[in-house]
Amino acid sequence: MSHLLEVKDLEVKFALRFGDLTAINGVSLTLDKGERLGIVGESGAGKSVTGFAIINLLSKPGYISAGRVLLEGQELNRLPEEDMRKIRGNRISMIFQDPMMTLNPVLTIKTQMIETILAHANVSKTEATDIALDKLKKVHIPSSEKRIHQYPHECSGGMRQRIVVAIALLTNPALIIADEPTTALDVTIQAEIMDLLQELCASEKMGLILITHDLGVVSQVTERIAVMYAGKIAEIGPTQVVIHDPQHPYTQGLIKALPGSLQPGSRLNQIPGMMPTLTDIPPGCAFHPRCTISDTICRMEVPALISRHDHDHMIACHVVK
Amino acid sequence: MFAFIVRRIIQAIIVMLVIGLVGFIIQHQIGDPVRDLVGERVTPAEREVIRDQLGLNDPFYIQYVRFVKNAVKGDLGLSFFYKKPALEVILAKAPATIELVLVTALILIVVSIPSGIYAAIYPKSWFSRIIMAVSTIGVAMPVFLTAIVLIYFFGVELNWLPSYGRGETVNLWGWESGFFTLDGLKHLILPSVSLSSIMLPLFIRLVRAEMMEVLETEYIKFAWAKGLHRQRVWYIHAFKNTLLPVITVFGVQLGILVAFTILTETVFQWQGMGFMFLEAVERSDTTLLVAYLIVVGVIFVVVNTIVDIIYGFVNPMVRIAGTK
Amino acid sequence: MKSWNRFKNSYLLYSFKRDPVAIISFCVLAVLGVISILAPVIAPYNTYDTATIDIMDAETPPTWMEDGDERFILGTDIQGRDLLSTMIFGLRVSLLIGVGAVLFQSFVGILVGIISGFFGGKLDSFLMRLADIQFSLPYLIVAIFTMAIFKVAFGIGRYEDLAEPLLIIIIGLSQWPHYARTVRASVLGEKNKEYVEAARVIGISRQLIMFRHILPNTMTPVLVISTIQVANAIMSEAALSFLGLGMPITRPSLGSLIRAGFEYIFSGSWWITFFPGVLLVILILVILLLGDWLRDVLNPKLYKG
Repeated sequence: MSHLLEVKDLEVKFALRFGDLTAINGVSLTLDKGERLGIVGESGAGKSVTGFAIINLLSKPGYISAGRVLLEGQELNRLPEEDMRKIRGNRISMIFQDPMMTLNPVLTIKTQMIETILAHANVSKTEATDIALDKLKKVHIPSSEKRIHQYPHECSGGMRQRIVVAIALLTNPALIIADEPTTALDVTIQAEIMDLLQELCASEKMGLILITHDLGVVSQVTERIAVMYAGKIAEIGPTQVVIHDPQHPYTQGLIKALPGSLQPGSRLNQIPGMMPTLTDIPPGCAFHPRCTISDTICRMEVPALISRHDHDHMIACHVVK
Repeated sequence: MFAFIVRRIIQAIIVMLVIGLVGFIIQHQIGDPVRDLVGERVTPAEREVIRDQLGLNDPFYIQYVRFVKNAVKGDLGLSFFYKKPALEVILAKAPATIELVLVTALILIVVSIPSGIYAAIYPKSWFSRIIMAVSTIGVAMPVFLTAIVLIYFFGVELNWLPSYGRGETVNLWGWESGFFTLDGLKHLILPSVSLSSIMLPLFIRLVRAEMMEVLETEYIKFAWAKGLHRQRVWYIHAFKNTLLPVITVFGVQLGILVAFTILTETVFQWQGMGFMFLEAVERSDTTLLVAYLIVVGVIFVVVNTIVDIIYGFVNPMVRIAGTK
Repeated sequence: MKSWNRFKNSYLLYSFKRDPVAIISFCVLAVLGVISILAPVIAPYNTYDTATIDIMDAETPPTWMEDGDERFILGTDIQGRDLLSTMIFGLRVSLLIGVGAVLFQSFVGILVGIISGFFGGKLDSFLMRLADIQFSLPYLIVAIFTMAIFKVAFGIGRYEDLAEPLLIIIIGLSQWPHYARTVRASVLGEKNKEYVEAARVIGISRQLIMFRHILPNTMTPVLVISTIQVANAIMSEAALSFLGLGMPITRPSLGSLIRAGFEYIFSGSWWITFFPGVLLVILILVILLLGDWLRDVLNPKLYKG
């Protein structure tokens, strides 16, 4: 059966003056049509880089050094730039972290919406405006006929992120990559945007990759979770299984650190130590210096991501059986 | 906003009063209005009578107030050499300088914006490297040397372009213009090219730096992620945001350009205000000197104030939407 | 010996050795500096001595050209002076005024900066307001106006005698805010640091703290600004002299040489303008390149002035 998106052994490096740094080290993922996948991890784990690598939009000096990205069987990372442009914003849309920074301050919302449609579809400006208004209604923007003529600074943060979502929806993409879409927003608006995303993905049958450090958000919205650590996937599986029965010691640590899993009044749990920076990733399992159950082998060999209990749930650990 | 404009205008008036005071002190200390009026051949007694009539024996502040009052009415005194009101002399020379500055501004815009953008988009191409290298040397090149080199090659060796004077001009409602004759336009080329060479390196670097900064922003990354054509990302999304700070600096530098005309006009014997200023120095024509100081001061202050007010209008929007 | 060793191992020397542009600029500047200091010894003729000048030699082209005279390698100027010697003395005058103006402006600027930063309050805001005003005026124009006024006030004869100190003071005065702002910022940064507090606790006076402790810490940015300012000052001096508001032709700087030669460019005597012009551009360029390099090495964040 063919997947919507298939990422195979993806490797991303940053070309620096003193040599290449590996940011993503052999990440493999699949996503089916209409499926929602969460990628979680601490900052610097390579979540965002994975997202940008999928649409081949890594900022310099990053580049894809190995691996393949397939969208409906079509290999993206070998496409000529012009063909890749036709996929960006069309088959795959992106939602960025900070809605205050995502919209261009000197262009009206209308301009920023219809230019996306015109870049991908052969329609008139009037038709494009109609599509834009329709999408604004879908993200529940009140009096959208008036809003569409405004500049971004005339809207609130939550409003702007809904506009960004509307822009992502304009071309009915098969996949939306949302990079920390609610981190910069108030808590009440966070839930609103997440509900909106979930509802839209379900009704429009769109795939979603939700990149976040917030396990709580992921568990509500997604069907599967990939936990990343130091440029690799540590654990991947169905959301309910990973949340309620985590196998990898890192995932266990993350879930224990959630305030919700505690008795009131007790202290917060922390994973001791810090995530390594890209320049000094330890040999073997990158997590072993912080791991409570590490063994000699963890220091020597990089653990492979292998499925355990059932086919869908995979972890990369030497010790856990 | 209204309060801001009022405050800015009051500031401008204060600056003008200070410039006026400086001008007045100069005239008071080294000028000799009696000589300007009747020449050298008068007896000391006659001089004293004339001094009294002119009010030159009044207290300092009374004379200053009178000076300011006259200046506001447009009376900046008589030029000793021309035997005409100083303001009239300057205004007769102004069109030459203004046309030179206009053409220079045009060259600055037409050259610096495309090359700055190009150098920002393709920082590693050989053309960008050449632009940057030339602009480094350009900074080290005094404007009068640029002008001399241009005169030597295009005026003396190749004999393609005229290298002094304004050529044939047309009088339009009292404005001597070189814009409407081929000869006048030809004469404009070398002076305006050398005048623009002062600011060109600065502007190319400015446009390049601003454009590079904008290209790194999130909204440009989002524009790429929307799958827009690269031309649209560069020329609509990035360039529009680059323009704002560039316009501001441009406005301020325009005032400075007027003053830099002194150098260019000297080399090309361009009959404008700058050339007149140096002639006034050679002829010890103090009144004309002070009048020039005040006129250039007014131009400078007015341009600065307008730019500030425009920026004040635009800035709040940028502050809310752009940075934080 | 100790400080030499420290210098030998410093990052400054390390990055200098790795930067060919910096090495070449430094060598060229060093050669020009030595030439100008030793001008009376090195120059083939003493051009200030009118006895050696023969007006009949005027406008002789360089040796390698037709009509060239082997006594004058680069030819002669319009007064019959050996052009090479005149340029060497002109270089000396240009450098003297450039360095002098920068010493003067750094003295004024550092003083204002320290007073401003140390005493704060109304005095500080007044001095900084003054710096803002000075900053917003185009400095070359201020210098042109001031020199013009002095020329009219003194009359040409006395003006020419006073030209050199006047140029140093006026070019110097127009640029002091650069120093004042930088030094003030450093003083404010250093003022509350522990070693200054400690010095005060053990009873060392404020003045002593200022000069013994704060001043050395502000020297790095001052050095960077000074390099670029020397280039600016030389350029301003050249512009003023070119306008006839600077050094007289009897004691020319590079700028006055160019002015004098310019009138003869139409009659084909290009060398009187060309050689001093090239020398001037090289001089300014190497100082600017050296300044750029210093700024990048010593303080990457310093404002580009």
